[in-house]
Amino acid sequence: MKDRGAFLFEIGCEEIPAGLLKKAADELKVLLEKHLSANGIFIEPLSTYGASRRLAAMCSAVLLQQADERTEVLGPPKSIAFDNVGQPTRAAESFSEKQGIPMSNLYTTITPRGEYLAAARVIHGRPAREILAEVLPGVMHELTFPRSMYWTGKKGARFIRPVRWIVALLNGKVVPFEYEMVRSGNATEGHRFLGRSKIQVSGPKNYVEKLRRNFVLVDPAERQKKIEREIRSIVAKGKWRLHEDAGLLELVTYLNEYPTVIRGDFDAEYLELPSEVTVTVMRDHQKYFAVENRQAEIEPHFLAVINLDKDRAGLVRQGHERVLRARLADAQFFWRADQKRRLADYNEKLAHVTFESRLGSYRDKTERMRHLARKIAGNWFDSGIHGADVGAADRAAQLSKCDLATEMVREFTELQGVMGGLYARVQGEDEEVVWAIYEHYKPVGTEDSIPRNLTGCAVSIADKLDSLVACFGIGIIPSGSSDPFALRRAASGIVQILLERGIPLSLSAAVSASAQTLKANPPKIDVGGEAEKQVLDFIGDRARYLLREKYGFGYDEVNAAMAAGADDLVDVRNRVLALKAIRHSKNFAPLAIAFRRIRKILEKAGPDGGRGGSVNLELLQLAAERDLQREARALAERAGKHKRAGEYKEALEAISELRPTVDRFFDDVLVMDKDEAIRRNRLALLAGLLKEFSTIADFSEMVAEEK
Amino acid sequence: MPIAAKQLKENMRSATGQRKQPGLSLQAMIFALENYWSDQGCIVQQPYDVEVGAGTMHPETFFRVLGPNPYRVVYVQPSRRPADGRYGENPNRLYKHSQLQVILKSSPVDVQTLYLNSLHVLGIDLKQHDIRFEEDNWESPTLGAWGVGWQVLLDGLEITQFTYFQQSGGMDLDPVSCELTYGLERIAAFLQGVDSVFQLRWSNTSTYGDIRLAEEQQFSAYSFEWADPKRTREMFDLCEKEAKAILARRERPAVGIAGKQVAPILAAYDFCLKCSHLFNVLDSRGAISTTERAVLIARVRALSCEVARDYCVIHGWSESLAELGDANQRPVEQVRR
Repeated sequence: MKDRGAFLFEIGCEEIPAGLLKKAADELKVLLEKHLSANGIFIEPLSTYGASRRLAAMCSAVLLQQADERTEVLGPPKSIAFDNVGQPTRAAESFSEKQGIPMSNLYTTITPRGEYLAAARVIHGRPAREILAEVLPGVMHELTFPRSMYWTGKKGARFIRPVRWIVALLNGKVVPFEYEMVRSGNATEGHRFLGRSKIQVSGPKNYVEKLRRNFVLVDPAERQKKIEREIRSIVAKGKWRLHEDAGLLELVTYLNEYPTVIRGDFDAEYLELPSEVTVTVMRDHQKYFAVENRQAEIEPHFLAVINLDKDRAGLVRQGHERVLRARLADAQFFWRADQKRRLADYNEKLAHVTFESRLGSYRDKTERMRHLARKIAGNWFDSGIHGADVGAADRAAQLSKCDLATEMVREFTELQGVMGGLYARVQGEDEEVVWAIYEHYKPVGTEDSIPRNLTGCAVSIADKLDSLVACFGIGIIPSGSSDPFALRRAASGIVQILLERGIPLSLSAAVSASAQTLKANPPKIDVGGEAEKQVLDFIGDRARYLLREKYGFGYDEVNAAMAAGADDLVDVRNRVLALKAIRHSKNFAPLAIAFRRIRKILEKAGPDGGRGGSVNLELLQLAAERDLQREARALAERAGKHKRAGEYKEALEAISELRPTVDRFFDDVLVMDKDEAIRRNRLALLAGLLKEFSTIADFSEMVAEEK
Repeated sequence: MPIAAKQLKENMRSATGQRKQPGLSLQAMIFALENYWSDQGCIVQQPYDVEVGAGTMHPETFFRVLGPNPYRVVYVQPSRRPADGRYGENPNRLYKHSQLQVILKSSPVDVQTLYLNSLHVLGIDLKQHDIRFEEDNWESPTLGAWGVGWQVLLDGLEITQFTYFQQSGGMDLDPVSCELTYGLERIAAFLQGVDSVFQLRWSNTSTYGDIRLAEEQQFSAYSFEWADPKRTREMFDLCEKEAKAILARRERPAVGIAGKQVAPILAAYDFCLKCSHLFNVLDSRGAISTTERAVLIARVRALSCEVARDYCVIHGWSESLAELGDANQRPVEQVRR
């Protein structure tokens, strides 16, 4: 008899949001495999797929029957089970009854605790169908979605959209269960308009094929291939190039059950629009691909992916063209209307665009940004950084927010910054200024790039810093998921710019400059030292996070370096790098342990444990402590020289040479001496040591690596 | 009904895709849809006579979705969006557009099919067009309402908002209602193949422009230029006060209406709607900042949630007000999910 059979599971649903399908299919795989394994019927990996109206899982083989499980149940000890003539006692009989096994089938077995009466029990494996009937509805409840809903009533199940049919087949037979009044069966649904309804299927292979005949491509890979193939063919025919967009490709793959690419055209007069605008209109609103010529200029055509096998009468194309025409006409109107005035003139309108009621208008913000951008660019200029330009930073900051008052950005908010840059270019601003405006919102997110020029970096930092300090100043502090002003992203942005551009900036000086600017300019907010410190901590937290998660440093490396100072992030990174480079050296790890020991001793000794006191050389009695004192001083001098030269690795190497001396100290010297003077003196020695050598990194933060 | 039936027949002919006949006039469309939904058991209601921004604000939606009683209703609701006014110069954008709203409570299993059949009634051949349901979760912060659903796209044109209501007036809904909101002008422009809403045939003799252009011009001018921010704010405050006064004086019967003097919370709701509209006017006038915006929305929401709560208590669907004491907190959290 066959011991294995194919498994098919399909959750038929009203249209599932395209962006969630991939993750849901992945999660379905993990959950099913987990439960199949836990029940001992899993043998072959599952494939799971998502399409608009379904999540599907299939597998060529699942065990049809759980294996029997043999166990031994121990009864009373032999001495109690049998009387002295070897007859079963009452205890043995009651064990036999309880187990439902006749006395004659019981036996004795030897255990470490002695000889016992025992019964062999066989737990018969259950049929997989029965197990699946419990597992499958459970899995449906377990699947998680970011925004689920209920539809049968408040007490009903939650899913991403209402579940309308369920296919559950094992070895060709239905796995029977019910979920929210839907009974599992063997009938699936084809394409909503082109396919048949209630299509009987018998297993995975037959399912995929039957659906294909009914205009549903279950496998996203197959859908994507079809889209790519058709795009290639249309693009080749027109001698164009595709304006590549991987995100859009994935989206349309999951938006359609039977994707077909059609071409549409728009009037060449709309080519007067900047390509940023045309592409945004097509992509963000209509999910169309743009095409370009060989010079990477947009061509007046678009590719739409529709959920049909073909555009029978050309009506679909007509419809899409009309919608796009209206959208482009809007955009063209805005493009022309906005240019009727100089970009700088929009600054006045910004007086009516509020940033935050207590923090004034965007015009106020612009003024503050100008101060800060000048200051930041000025600092860089003074440090001799090539490309720092105070005048350009001021101009870019002045124009940076103007586009918020333009019609185009009011309509297409995702073009903020970009439009400002484009209008500035048309109006003859310097390219440096143009790009600075264009990119000053960057980076948006940890994967985004930073502004390409230094002026853009200065304006971007000024913008983000002002938002942070101003918001913290009036108590708008991100908590949990609530961060309406995207302050986390702002702080991360500052960190990314500084680290990726490798430019110095004293964060404390920048934050206090921002606080002063807020005080001196409308709405004249007094931020206060506490808020300034909170901002610094907040940026520090983001820096910690990014150094770990984006730049790949160990959490202890980051903590150790930042404990020794976090004002200049480029410097922090240099110290982290040095720490990372040296942490595996022979002396370093033991030294870190020693430093942690020192810190513990000092903490235990309490606040007046000798910290701050100076070391009295006379009281150093033992050779080991005198050595430590002398050696530390010598090494501190060497390390200091390296440190001042920015040679952190060399400095750390010098410090780690202290290790044998420290080890000897701990071997020979008892710090907590009975004599108070001696004890205090030793504590002072250690405190001095910890302080002296913690200026690059606090070694006591370092965690020993597991080998 | 004979008119709708005739139009329907005409339409079936045009559904072959060779649209020789220009599609349905706007009013014929309304007849056809109301007729269709009436056949599906809907009450055919009239538009509400207080300015609203969306069909959802009509009491026939706001109150009917609360509580356990099944209900089906269809109506057209002229909806004012002051910030969308364009002086009648933009072919697609209007100060006031018409929504046709359907509420199906509780949500039927075949609701999508019912909806798609209604498109067929309008003469749209579903195999000849690219029709899709794209995720779009609807939310009305001022009503403390939200739901999950889609926008329905017809060849890339957004024609309907399709929502499974989850919460309204800050109250969890049980059963769940389906709300279908048709954008009538858009669908009409599609059917008639015109590029400007003002060229639409309203009837067989009049265009949309004939009927509505002057209104668009005047109300755009009012919302963007004439509305006095100070007085508008005062009106907002006054309306809010009146609503609050009603809500403060209301009786709080534990169960039922019979024999009790019930405070006119429906009137309180009207003032809540007025606040919402005045807020929109202030907004289009550019007189509201981001935070103030949040504050004003919260004020309107507080009213609508309190009205909804009382409505449930009066009908005995919630046992007492005390039990719902935190209802005002709950929506804020859930709406901003």
